[in-house]
Amino acid sequence: MWKSPRTGGLGLLAILLAAAPLTFPNAYFYDVGVNALFNAVLCVGLNLLIGYGGQISLGHAGFFALGAYGTAILTGRYALPPVAAMLVAAGGVGLLAFVVGRPILKLKGHYLAMATLGIGIIIHIVLKTESWLTGGPDGIGVDPFHLAGLAVAGDQAWYWLAAGLLLLAVWLSLNLVDSPVGRALRAVHGSEVGAEVVGVDTARSKVLVFVVSAVFASLVGSLFAHKNAFITPDIGSFFRSIELVTMVVLGGMASTFGAVIGAVILTLLPQFLAAFEDYEAMVLGAIMMGTMIFMPKGLLPSLRLLLSKRRAA
Amino acid sequence: MTLLSVEALSKEFGGVHAVEDLSFAIHPGTIHSIIGPNGAGKTTLFNLITGIYTPTSGRIRLDDKDIAGRRPCELAALGMSRTFQNLQVFFNMTAVENVMVGHHLHLDRGLLASLLRLPAMVKRDRACRAHAVELLEFVGLSRYVNADAASMPYGALKRLEIARALAAKPRLLLLDEPAAGLNATESREIDEVIKKVAASGVTVVLVEHDMKMVMGISDHILVLNYGRKLAEGTPAEVRANPEVVAAYLGGQG
Repeated sequence: MWKSPRTGGLGLLAILLAAAPLTFPNAYFYDVGVNALFNAVLCVGLNLLIGYGGQISLGHAGFFALGAYGTAILTGRYALPPVAAMLVAAGGVGLLAFVVGRPILKLKGHYLAMATLGIGIIIHIVLKTESWLTGGPDGIGVDPFHLAGLAVAGDQAWYWLAAGLLLLAVWLSLNLVDSPVGRALRAVHGSEVGAEVVGVDTARSKVLVFVVSAVFASLVGSLFAHKNAFITPDIGSFFRSIELVTMVVLGGMASTFGAVIGAVILTLLPQFLAAFEDYEAMVLGAIMMGTMIFMPKGLLPSLRLLLSKRRAA
Repeated sequence: MTLLSVEALSKEFGGVHAVEDLSFAIHPGTIHSIIGPNGAGKTTLFNLITGIYTPTSGRIRLDDKDIAGRRPCELAALGMSRTFQNLQVFFNMTAVENVMVGHHLHLDRGLLASLLRLPAMVKRDRACRAHAVELLEFVGLSRYVNADAASMPYGALKRLEIARALAAKPRLLLLDEPAAGLNATESREIDEVIKKVAASGVTVVLVEHDMKMVMGISDHILVLNYGRKLAEGTPAEVRANPEVVAAYLGGQG
């Protein structure tokens, strides 16, 4: 029988998520934890595009920011309930990803990277300059989140919401990867022409995963906006996009749990490095370079390989 | 009755005529070989028929439908599938998953069903896996079912591509040098597989350099040279043709 990480992995993740707060001495830890979980959800979506589909997006923070601003504007200016605003924003971002995805996903490698980089930068600039709508570089305030009449307030409530969302995202991702749609997607990564000749519409596959990963980013962006109560255009900056890609690559491409691990490590790392102050960025850079040189497949796949080798020996 | 007909087909690459004014027909239920010296345009012809290249001029018909310039994935839906001279295996997947992708057209491809793992999809997926395992057994790869494609030997990968192509349930299967790089034993095994495929009612078109294999299994042979048709006929006719002998031995035609 083939092994499925679905049951065991998901259960373990649920236990870890439930147990983690036991180690949190104060509210600040919850705050960092929520950010780690938000990044994890985003990276699970981005990993579908990068790790499984073999495509790249250097503009994903743009979709995240659009989700955040979409919610901020729809709830603040048009008084939509948060959940409705979140869904409308996600629909809009999905549509945008579909429209731009069709032409740019014909590109490969560096060209695709450049095109997605361009999209991210355009979104960032629009958020910065259209101040009548977005508040410009000064940012915009966001109303609190409420779900079915219940207000989600306080870091603890956000932690449990984010943990639930991550479990859902991981479940969806594991399902997709082991389904006809997901196999077609991985086949596109393996050999585009090989996939085409057995009937896989490779163009459709690529656009589909681009849209799915953009919607993931938008949904997380909306929640992030509500939680922080205030957002600025820099949440959609180029550096943020790079950070997200680095999380996916560090954790392990084509590994859903790897993406989660990468996101958690890179969110927590600056907290531990705070003691080094000036050297923080340097240590971060060194870790990234080390990963690329010694574990190009990423943390989790490399560990798995090591274990299976040891077992075989 | 013809399954596939090619009429006055030409393909130029910046002034070079890779295929020039080529016409021929393929009848259903036969094994049809295309041979010729290196650079004769065999693989280009395959790429034209399977939609990877767009012809410069001419027509390709499948069941009287003009298919020139259609995308490979559309042609797969019309019942055409192929393998490649240089492997196009999905090295990031297991053997059985490779074959399951071949089954793609015959599965529920809804995003929602896949995301939510709906029971109907799971049931069909399980049947798909069982069918893929059968196909791996059919091509003699039962010991590799759950092996990573990246860890399989070359000869096995050649057969894996055939199994994947068969999973698409083609009426017309094009094999580009299925025996290239194989030793005599492996070559004979591929030979058996091709015969079994043809016996199951699939029309096979073959590009191959192994003359022993070509002469042994073909019903009909088309000989290309410099992108043009040099000769056509049964193996006996082709073998007796002085122009073919000259093209292969390099003599004065």
